[in-house]
Order: sequence, then structure tokens, then C-alpha cells
Amino acid sequence: MNMEGILALTGWGGLRWVGPVELFERGPVWLRDWAVGWLPEGAKVWAEGLIPAVAVLAVFGLLFGLATVAERKLLGRIQNRPGPNRVGPYGWLQFAADGVKMLTKEDVVPRSADRVLHFLAPIVMLAPVALSLAVIPYGRDLVAADPRCGLLFFFAVGSAAEVAAFMAGWSSRNKYSLLGAMRAIAQMISYELPLVLSALTVVMMAGSLSLVEIVEAQSGYWWGVIPRWHVMTPWGLAGLLLFMAAAAAASNRAPFDLPEGESEIIGGFMTEYSGFKYAIFFMGEYFGMFAVSGLAVTLFLGGWQAPLAVLEAAPSYGWFFLKLGVMIAWFIWVRGTLPRLRVDHLLNFGWKYLLPLGALNLLVAMVWRGLGGWAFPGAGAVRWLACLAMIGLPAILWGRLLMRSRGWGPRVYRYAS
Amino acid sequence: MQDLLFYVFAAVALIAGFLAVANPFSRNPLASALFLAVALVAVSGLFVLLHAFFLGAVQILIYAGAVMVLFLFVIMLLDLREEQKRRARKVAAGLASALALALAALISAAALAGGGPADPPALEGGARALGRALFTDFLLPFEIVAVLLVAAMVGVVWLSRKEAA
Repeated sequence: MNMEGILALTGWGGLRWVGPVELFERGPVWLRDWAVGWLPEGAKVWAEGLIPAVAVLAVFGLLFGLATVAERKLLGRIQNRPGPNRVGPYGWLQFAADGVKMLTKEDVVPRSADRVLHFLAPIVMLAPVALSLAVIPYGRDLVAADPRCGLLFFFAVGSAAEVAAFMAGWSSRNKYSLLGAMRAIAQMISYELPLVLSALTVVMMAGSLSLVEIVEAQSGYWWGVIPRWHVMTPWGLAGLLLFMAAAAAASNRAPFDLPEGESEIIGGFMTEYSGFKYAIFFMGEYFGMFAVSGLAVTLFLGGWQAPLAVLEAAPSYGWFFLKLGVMIAWFIWVRGTLPRLRVDHLLNFGWKYLLPLGALNLLVAMVWRGLGGWAFPGAGAVRWLACLAMIGLPAILWGRLLMRSRGWGPRVYRYAS
Repeated sequence: MQDLLFYVFAAVALIAGFLAVANPFSRNPLASALFLAVALVAVSGLFVLLHAFFLGAVQILIYAGAVMVLFLFVIMLLDLREEQKRRARKVAAGLASALALALAALISAAALAGGGPADPPALEGGARALGRALFTDFLLPFEIVAVLLVAAMVGVVWLSRKEAA
């Protein structure tokens, strides 16, 4: 498909004129093929794997820096203060100063800590998250790896974070670290279920576990205007909301950031980490947020597809990163708006509310597919509203019921009293 | 490259498996559990080399992720000092070694005698094939396992409830 493009740019003097649309759209792929073309035969296999990996790490490394500054600026705006504005233009180089500070800080390891595990925990936290970034399609043909079970791979490597949290909490020999680790693991295991359930709905409707094919299943437009993204269907809308609620918990973001609730347990499993090890934990957390946001964009918001046919001239990866930016802004907004939950509220919310609704959403998707055969006038609207009522009414009623059964009164502690 | 990766994964699985049961550096059960996790990840690498991507991913998701964390929690509830002091009983150790040697002899005899086909056919390990097999040929065992798991879950809920009353 892009063979002439490779020839055009790798052959000497064989440059061919390409329009700006094609140049931006195909540019990254051409650049990769051009770089690979220089190498000897044996090294090509390695380079084809290595170049996308380096590109993904570089792009998300930079995005990590910018996101930390953006988060601080946006939180500042929400709290009616300026936020960082001293380093670089409008404070946007603050992350470089922070990086230097973290690098030059002393690395303190407690005397009674298990040194090996204490050292390994940040690595076990960051490496799998970076791996999970590999299967997300960033644009047309822009994916580092497309295994047939891409979605499964994503969740599989993500489960290593639980082991990493445990390693960090246990090896520190600190009560607060261990409490934070137990909270983190309880939270991650509970919220993995609604996360996977809402993703499963998409797998069922798209008929594939490959993220590239899931994005392709969302191409095209209804009546030429409304994009065929999954979020435009009732089950997709409900799925996105469930997915984002579970994703905030799975990536330890506020209001579900109990594992590091500083007002209760200092810094959770990161209490005994300082300097660059702490920075790596921080980076793993942000990479995790990018990964689940990217997955939400891929599953529900059409991945790299443009929202309108006329806008398809813009490069596909531009659309992906625009949507990713919106998701990150949503995470920051939620963090600035909602207070932190209590542990039992958190677990009740996951098990009693999100999980049943996730299972119900699976049924709604089945009904949606079953009603696809209707052909009378206005069938589309009736189908849409019927499915929305099927998931929306239980969501509201079940929520009310749960709230009503909770009376206000003194709390009974099972083990502590 | 495939062969090289096979030897790497096999070596990691064997060494980590050995360290999980007989670690000369520490008698801490936690170290054993973490080495078990490493061995499980290496085995899932072997699955991927066999083109069984689904099995490999599920192996990591369930064993290296969820089951491992359960193990770690159970170990934390045990008395670690007591566990570290305990010596293996001579009879049990001898019996276990004999069994392991017999198993190794059996496997190597099978490998040396018949051997597999020199060029094994590509395995169809995709999610689609597995799902079809589970819901057609193996539907009854699948349902029985599901009922068993639900029974275990209900049992655990009941046991932990009773204590509170």
C-alpha cells in the first residue's frame, strides 16, 4: 500500500511530489520506512520493532511532562490561583525543572527495607504500562504492535501493577506503605471487573479483540453526519461512562486516589520512595492514565477517525491525540471538582453499582443488535430510546435505592472497636 | 530467533521455578511467591511462541495478576518468622525428590523415544477457536466449572458473614 511512498523517499533522486494532506497522514510511516531502509538486512527486523517503541516512549514522555504542568495549571484555575507560571514561557517548562530536581534528590532507602524489591517495584510499575501503550492504534497504520488479542494483552500487562504496588508496599517495611498497598490492590481488583465488562460490550459488538479492527468497525457515518462511533449508541454511551468511572479507579486518580490518600496514610505505598524512584512511580501513574484514556478513545470514541467527513483531511493521529487530550482534561477536571471517597464507599460503588450496570449493559448491547432488523419509519429513534431506557432507568433507580438504604448514623467498625 | 527466545524463556522458567521452591538466599515465602510469578510469566512467553496468544495473555492476566496477589495476601496473613524457621521433613523431601525425578525421567523418555513431529502444525490458539470449542464440544464441563466457582464464592461469602453475626 505504501510501497511507492517508501521508494519515493528512500531511492536517490526518486522523490515524488505529494500533497500536504498525504504528507502529514503518511509522514510518520514514511519516516520509519526511510530510516529502516538505511540499515543492513539483519538489523531491519529489530529496527522495525524498536523505532515505534522509541517513538511511543518519546511522545508519551513529552506528553507526561506537559500533562503534569497542564494539570497543575488547570487545578490552579479551578482553585482560583495562577498555578506554575515562572519557568519558561507561561510556566510550560516547569516539568524540566521538576525532572532535574527529582534526579538530583537523595535516594533514601529505609534500613530495614528489602532492598531488591524496593528497587524493582518502580520498574515493575512502569514497564508493563509502557508495554500496554504499544497496542493502541494512534493513527491509520500507526500502531507499534497489533496482536490478535490486543485488548486482552492490554489488560494482561496492566495486571502487573497490582504486584508492583504490593512489592512497593511490602518491601518498604512501613505500616502506611502496607496499608496503601492493600488499598491499592483491593481497589484495582474490584475495579478491573467493571472495566473489563464495559470493554467486553465493545468486543461483542465489533466482533474482534484486535484494537485496530475495533477502530475500523467504527468508520463511516449515519446519514453522512453522525460518526458511527460506539459512543453514539445507548450501550456505547453507558459503556463509556462506566469505563471512565472504573478507569479513574484503576489508574488511582482522584476521586479514587485512596491508595495515596495523604490525609490518612501519608503517601500510601510510595511513602518510602524519594528522588527518581518516586518520579518513576509518578510517571507510571500518568502513563496508566494515558493508556486507559487511549483505550477509551479507541473503544468508544472512534480512535483516530475524524468526527466529520470534511475533516478527514487532518492527519488521523492528530484526531487521536486531540481526543486523548480531551480525556486527560476530563480526568483533571474531575480531580479538581470531586472530594476523595471513603474506602467502604469506594468498594460499595464498584461492586454494588458499577458491576451490575456493566452486566446489564452487556444485555442492552444484545437487545440493540436484536432490534437492528426493525424497518418501520422512525425505527432508529425508537430503538435508540428503548435501549437508552433499558440502561438509564435502572441506573437512576438502583442509585436511588442504594442511597435510600444508607441511613445516617454512627459507623460500626468490625475489627477496630 | 524463535529458538533463542524459547531457550531464554525456558531457562527463566526453570531457574525461577527452582528458586521458588528452594531459594538458597532467603527462606522468605514472599520471595518464593514472586519467583513463582516470574516463572508464570516465562511460561506465558512459551505459550506465545506456540502462537497461543490467548492462552499466554490469560495466563498473565489470571495467574501472574489475580492469583499471585491472592497468594501474597495469604502469605502476609501467615506468621512469617514461624515459616522461615521451619525445616523440611526428611521423608517428605525424599519422597518429593523421588517423584520429581520419576516425572523428569518419564518426560525425557517420552521426548527421546517418540518425539513430536519434526515440524509441528501451527496451533490455532485464537480467542475465536477457543470460544467455539468451549461453547460447543466442552459446554458441559465449562458450565460445571462455572457452577463450582459460584459455589465456592457463595461459600466464602457465607463463611465471612457468619463471623460478623
